[in-house]
Amino acid sequence: MFTILKKERLNPTVSRMVVKAPFVARKAEPGQFIIFRAHEDSERIPLTIADFDREAGTVTVIYQIVGASTMELDAMREGEALCDFVGPLGKPTQTDGIKKVAVVGGGVGCAIAYPVARKLHDLGCEVHAVVGFRSSDLVILEEEFAAASDRLILMTDDGSRGEKGLVTAALEKLIEEGNAYDEVIAIGPLVMMKFVCAVTKRYGIKTVVSMNPIMIDGTGMCGGCRLTVGGETKFACVDGPDFDGHLVDFDEAMKRGTMYREFEQHAREASCNLLNREVQ
Amino acid sequence: MARNMDMKKCPMPAQDPDVRSRNFDEVALGYTWEMAVGEARRCLNCPKKPCVSACPVQIDIPAFIERVAAEDMEGAYRVLSASSALPAVCGRVCPQESQCEGKCVRGVKGEPVAIGRLERFVADWHREHAGEAPHKPQQNGHKVAVIGAGPSGLTAAGDLAKLGYQVTVYEALHTAGGVLVYGIPEFRLPKQIVRQEIDGLRAMGVEIFTNMVIGKVLTIDELFEMGFEAVYIASGAGLPRFMGIPGESLKGVYSANEYLTRINLMKAYLPGSKTPIMKSNRVAVVGGGNVAMDAARSARRLGAQEVTIVYRRGMQELPARREEVEHAMEEGIVFRTLTNPVEVLGDENGFVRGMRCVEMELGEPDASGRRRPVVKEGSEFTLDVDTMIMAIGTSPNPLIRSTTPGLETNRHGCIVTNGEDGLTSREGVYAGGDAVTGAATVILAMGAGKQAARAIDAYIREKHA
Repeated sequence: MFTILKKERLNPTVSRMVVKAPFVARKAEPGQFIIFRAHEDSERIPLTIADFDREAGTVTVIYQIVGASTMELDAMREGEALCDFVGPLGKPTQTDGIKKVAVVGGGVGCAIAYPVARKLHDLGCEVHAVVGFRSSDLVILEEEFAAASDRLILMTDDGSRGEKGLVTAALEKLIEEGNAYDEVIAIGPLVMMKFVCAVTKRYGIKTVVSMNPIMIDGTGMCGGCRLTVGGETKFACVDGPDFDGHLVDFDEAMKRGTMYREFEQHAREASCNLLNREVQ
Repeated sequence: MARNMDMKKCPMPAQDPDVRSRNFDEVALGYTWEMAVGEARRCLNCPKKPCVSACPVQIDIPAFIERVAAEDMEGAYRVLSASSALPAVCGRVCPQESQCEGKCVRGVKGEPVAIGRLERFVADWHREHAGEAPHKPQQNGHKVAVIGAGPSGLTAAGDLAKLGYQVTVYEALHTAGGVLVYGIPEFRLPKQIVRQEIDGLRAMGVEIFTNMVIGKVLTIDELFEMGFEAVYIASGAGLPRFMGIPGESLKGVYSANEYLTRINLMKAYLPGSKTPIMKSNRVAVVGGGNVAMDAARSARRLGAQEVTIVYRRGMQELPARREEVEHAMEEGIVFRTLTNPVEVLGDENGFVRGMRCVEMELGEPDASGRRRPVVKEGSEFTLDVDTMIMAIGTSPNPLIRSTTPGLETNRHGCIVTNGEDGLTSREGVYAGGDAVTGAATVILAMGAGKQAARAIDAYIREKHA
């Protein structure tokens, strides 16, 4: 039974859930993901692991309500149990040999960037964190990032908190200041990762991105999560989810991500209507 | 009892093609009692039993058929279940024409005895009528772990449980059954049947844990630390192959694994399913095996107007089970053999709009003994399709080999075994099914599970002798 031990809202559309999953907790590493099904008839949905506690046997996920399945998850309460929770899947983020790193997080992607930043920080690496959100009410994990980095730059699109502007501008400024990063790790929306990579490519800094394509089994069986990386077909579930950002075909990944847009809109509306009916 | 000397086998009652191509109910309806008994009486009970030697799990075929002829269905079931853990499944999905029925003496001058249909009848009859709970064998105190709850793993688990082993099966997906639940569609193998066969194994004491991806959540070395004395790896086929032609990342290009998983495991065919699937009108399925037939027939049932099988060799070379090809043709699937795609064409929104193909002709035989298809000069043409499904095979899953030190694999990534008994390069670790052979059939995977169970039993006995 994958019992929900704790659930808290981090911003209007993002929540954190602590789930009892001792087997997954024993092996989880930053960068890996799980797949859950809320109920017997639910979709299989991948979520990157935001935190874990080996002793308590718990895994934390942070999710944004974007569609019917995350709505369904969000409707569940503490004490209820998820039908399935499988992991840890994918390869952990590589941290070997990194002495100075910029971790760039965008929106809910910060939930995944945080454990990576913390691990590197714990390993004694100099961590600069650049986190970006649309506006002040969407900011998450600010304290956590502050504790896990030597320098934290918070950006908002509208300037309602931190500095106004995009993470790419902040990153470029850090690089221009003379910070010589061994690596940049960027986790967020595809378009953000694409432009971070465009910046770092100019400076010749190795950049790792975390891909989150449409996925079903997550164990290397269906091939739905395929990406083109360096001209080759790769599968995010077993070859990733981390890839060399300078080799990823982001435009193709963005197109593939819209395959079921119409279906998803209908599903989301149907779920909204169901929830509304329950409220009435 | 009188022998039935009819040259032809009793036809299988089936749903009308026009009706069934719009539903997911089982196509073949099964024999009646009278049909089964009559067909069984076609068996000559010949002394050489060539059928048995052609059966990968060596069912005593004449013995079970003799029981059917004598109208003792429970007795027939006992003979079947002594050799097969999943008779209701095998009766439906085995390629009988190249196995038991292919060797049947009655087939020399007429049609062979319908062994598969009889097997199915007996297994179904048992499931529907027998109240007797499966016998739970006396446990011998030894633990064996099985990785993968597909046909190979379940067969090994069943055989080991019968021998008294405490068997734990670890399954990566949320449902046990492997390809029987994610791959083979409902209309060919109802999932209720798979569930009941698995329940039978559970009743025998086999423990099945789902959501456990071995190689990630536990390694094989950790399984030994947990007290398992042997491990059987039956993790199945892995990643789908693509052709490496331009346009394979367009929206509307599926691997057959993904297409079928959405439909079967995730139930995308049911109204109100939460799993999306493309609403396709014109579908091309690339490949000629059972998986290609399943994908094509599923697309048809989901409402596609025109479904085409595109295969680079000829009709004679189609590797699919003959009955599946016949059923597909009856359902209006178009076969464009000696044809090979060279490019997938997309529209301005990145969806598939067509497929550029070339015609092929058969040249000299290749290493597999089949005539190699070669491109016909100047034969290029475009097929209008909105969906393309690749059913051209798989390459083994990397999760176990990458986390098991000392486990030898070949250059394709398949686990290397010492042949018949499935022993790998690691002591106590056995492997079989698609993880060893690459994509093959359900029954070959079951045969490997059977042999591995025997070898594991011998290994553990010897260790404690």
